[in-house]
Amino acid sequence: MHLLLKRGLQNYNMSEILVDIRNMTFKREERVIYNDISLSIPKGKVTAIMGPSGIGKTTLLRLIGGQLKPESGNIFFDGKDIPRLSRNALYETRKRMSMLFQSGALFSEMSVYDNIAFPIREHTNLPENLIEKMVLMKLEAVGLRGARGLRPSELSGGMARRAALARSIALDPELILYDEPFAGQDPISMGVIVRLIRSLNDALGLTSVVVSHDVPEVMGIADYIYIIAEQKIIGQGTPEQIAEQTSPLVRQFVNGESDGPVPFHYKAAPYREELIRKTVFTNNRRG
Amino acid sequence: MKQVYFLGRKAIAIISGIGRALILLISALAHVPNPKKGFPLLLNQLYAVGVLSLVIIIVSGTFIGMVLALQGYTILVGYGAEASLGPMVALSLIRELGPVIAALLFAGRAGSALTAEIGLMKATEQLSSLEMMAVDPLRRIIAPRFWAGLISLPLLTAMFSAVGILGAHLVGVDWLGVDSGTFWSVMQGQVDFEKDIVNSIIKSIVFAFVITWIAVFKGYDCDPTSEGISKATTATVVQSSLWVLSLDFILTALMFSN
Repeated sequence: MHLLLKRGLQNYNMSEILVDIRNMTFKREERVIYNDISLSIPKGKVTAIMGPSGIGKTTLLRLIGGQLKPESGNIFFDGKDIPRLSRNALYETRKRMSMLFQSGALFSEMSVYDNIAFPIREHTNLPENLIEKMVLMKLEAVGLRGARGLRPSELSGGMARRAALARSIALDPELILYDEPFAGQDPISMGVIVRLIRSLNDALGLTSVVVSHDVPEVMGIADYIYIIAEQKIIGQGTPEQIAEQTSPLVRQFVNGESDGPVPFHYKAAPYREELIRKTVFTNNRRG
Repeated sequence: MKQVYFLGRKAIAIISGIGRALILLISALAHVPNPKKGFPLLLNQLYAVGVLSLVIIIVSGTFIGMVLALQGYTILVGYGAEASLGPMVALSLIRELGPVIAALLFAGRAGSALTAEIGLMKATEQLSSLEMMAVDPLRRIIAPRFWAGLISLPLLTAMFSAVGILGAHLVGVDWLGVDSGTFWSVMQGQVDFEKDIVNSIIKSIVFAFVITWIAVFKGYDCDPTSEGISKATTATVVQSSLWVLSLDFILTALMFSN
């Protein structure tokens, strides 16, 4: 309980936490992505992970899903330490979670209907008429019942995202991981997806983790927000608490300022020095 | 010091690549398609890998048989030995040209397609989404393709040799006037089932194993970018071809040297 208090999740106790990341460090070759990071995802809530592009938000989802292994630390999913599970146990645990990929990741050679029926056919022995009812129910929830016969290549970006969402709820998972669900969407599609994430979470009693850098959309639906930058959590709280935070880094991110603690310029030698250098053109990628 | 670091990294990359390829192979071999869910997947892949390669195999086999007959006849007729055209064509095709050329064509037609397909599935996160749906891509994607390749190439090789012999019959017997009875009977007498046909099948199984392994591994292990897929596809064709040619020499030496 002490740790939870420290992390700012005063209102939750251990049994209400579905995913608990403790002192996790993750590196890609020599580059440290997360340095001793700890966070908790409460059950039945929409938790947002925000931060600038390239800081490894998607990586965090892959770590929770067991597709990547951390250097050190623990990632508990309902008490099971994901990085230490055997291959079979990991696949069993993944049946309880689902992920909506940024690209949708629909199977291109199957129709929308077959895409959504796919996980049901793989993991159950239900008769086809029952599978049909389940698929139509999921498609109805995302408003694509009429598009069941289309191929993924015939769908717009927003429709593909919704079809992928229907597939990710096909087996009623406990946890859904959303990877940049609003990226590249027009305002109408974005509004639809925002509404769907919230309504599905509440109607099905899911736990949702939304990774995004779209501040207004996330502030609108999240129950709790973590802001990640510079390999660690720089801010956390409810949307109201985040809006009131005074940390310059958090302010820069929330207000979308181009320069600040996260600099506008990529690390480079002084501009003046480069201009007066004899050799103007250089192939040195490090500048 | 930098060179040592570079060499060390390169060596680790090669060794870990071999390790990943072996893990993939063991998984593919362990997941023999089961009758209920695996068999339809295997049938789909047999169609994609085998049936769709039929045109190139049959056309190439026919022309190679025809050319062999034409070249063989012009040499043999000088010695009055045109009666040996049948066994000459049959032995060339069954022992060497059938397994090797069918394998090279298979690497270009089916191997490259396998790599590109799996690579694109990786780039579009379809493999990742399978993993997250608790469906093992090694079982669902890799194993059916591997087994389909392993089954298809020996059959394609047999067809290649068969249509090659028919092409040679067309040129040698129908056009150049070699006696049909002599063509078939001398061939029958000279071709040994165990030494020639069984060895040809063994060669084609070995080539199928190597090509399909390289193709599925290169796709599964490629960088998920357009450049990565392009490199992986090229590597599949180049490496498969080199392996086929070098293994052919080793197998021929083992099978036919005294």
